[in-house]
Amino acid sequence: MSAADARDALEVAYRTEKRRVLATLLRLLGGFDAAEEALHEAFAAAADRWPREGIPANPYAWLVSTGRFKAVDRWRRQTRLANAGPELAALSAPAMEPSMPEPVQDDELRLIFICCHPALPPDARLALTLREVGGLTTEEIARAYLTRASTIAQRIVRAKARIRDEAIPYELPGRAELPMRLDSVLRVLYLIFNEGYAATEGPSLMRADLCAEAIRLGRRVVELLEEPEALGLLALMLLHEARRAARVDAAGDLVLLEEQDRSLWDRGRSTEAQELLERAFARRSVGPYVLQAAIAAVHTQARSVGETDWNQIVALYDVLGRIAASPVVALNRAVAIGMRDGPEAGLAAIEAAMTPGSLDGYPLAHAARADMQRRLGLTEAARASYHRAVELTRQPAERRFLQARLAQLPARPAGAED
Amino acid sequence: MRYACLIYYNPKTLFGGSPEAEAVLAECTTHDVKLKESGHFVMAEALELPESAMTVQVRDGKMSAVDGPFMETKEILGGIILIEARDLNEAARVASGHPLARIGSVEVRPVVDFSQPRPKL
Repeated sequence: MSAADARDALEVAYRTEKRRVLATLLRLLGGFDAAEEALHEAFAAAADRWPREGIPANPYAWLVSTGRFKAVDRWRRQTRLANAGPELAALSAPAMEPSMPEPVQDDELRLIFICCHPALPPDARLALTLREVGGLTTEEIARAYLTRASTIAQRIVRAKARIRDEAIPYELPGRAELPMRLDSVLRVLYLIFNEGYAATEGPSLMRADLCAEAIRLGRRVVELLEEPEALGLLALMLLHEARRAARVDAAGDLVLLEEQDRSLWDRGRSTEAQELLERAFARRSVGPYVLQAAIAAVHTQARSVGETDWNQIVALYDVLGRIAASPVVALNRAVAIGMRDGPEAGLAAIEAAMTPGSLDGYPLAHAARADMQRRLGLTEAARASYHRAVELTRQPAERRFLQARLAQLPARPAGAED
Repeated sequence: MRYACLIYYNPKTLFGGSPEAEAVLAECTTHDVKLKESGHFVMAEALELPESAMTVQVRDGKMSAVDGPFMETKEILGGIILIEARDLNEAARVASGHPLARIGSVEVRPVVDFSQPRPKL
């Protein structure tokens, strides 16, 4: 056993086992701080002992038992100073000794559910999940969310204090509570994914990382809970991810779905998403994620925009509008109607969706309206709508895209006024 | 990543002889060992009181030196510890384990990474 072999094994263990070891230690030790300290000590011990004693057959089990031993040892030392704590009593109980590796994935899933506990504020759930489950550092999370590292660090510290103070149990929620809790987990995963997918600022590699992490966690949830909405969210994320390569051109500009080079789409991912969707529909209970994924799948199945089954897309939006009505759903449905029945019907539907006023500040609504107006030859109205969309857009790539559209409009007749 | 833990305390509290302060002082002597065991340790030094310090400045090429800063009842910088930690959260957790955190305060500061651009003010 060379020192280099041991170092390589340690690096692999750190990359692949760290999260699972932390999740198990959290269950065994019952607190984030104790678990993290034990995790660190276990890896420090491995760096010291693996080169001398050899790499253990099961690094995960070795790290868990070493981490746990270190924690018990520390508590023993501390109790000599301040009289025995209940933790020590629990941990020294003989019954605890042999109960080593329980199903590992359960621990990781349990950790996701704790980090997404509804008692925590949403931004804390996000930061905690990214750090404790995703393995990102405080500094990386801060960079992704354009916040200061100390802000993220405080959010995490407060969330952990809340978990401790409210004695939130380190366990999976019971059947009755599951749907509500799963909802929170799925929402956090989708937020993480969208941050990686839609944001255009900041280092781009980091963002692809966020998408990959959200998909990895989505797979974990699906492996353990065959819930339709979990299947739906994973399918939705895979379908978006399948189109990633075609979504931006060589210059970094946005390419609309209808103009994307469909040969760049990742067929493996969309096939996997299709299978997930079939499993979800077989459960005969569809929610918003399943429906959104189904819509994305209809787009993906078409070999060109012309072959897109707009009838089916409108029908899916109808159902989505009934179970999860929102102005954005109404807008998307209106655009699909425009694609199915022509720009006149589309414009009328878009105007109707925009009437309540809630979409006034939403750039894509003005862009969609502009698009229908352009196709109807209402050049000046289209120009005004594109201008409004440009004003509202903060993302540089979207802004460039809209300005290009504006430039393509027929020139204003000489002497004409607005 | 490396973090400096700057330890501040009020000397009147720490050296006032209370049982709590005595316990903190006793624990301080072995704290480095704990940091070494957990793999976070880079270096640590306790500082003499500020009355033994000197402050230097160079203005127009001339050095001036003054005593002090003089000790007030406020918290003073009493020690510096350099640690290696995964991120700011881990550094804060390690810092919170210092005995003086119970009686004074510990400021955790990331060590500058010179490959990164300078801060914009």
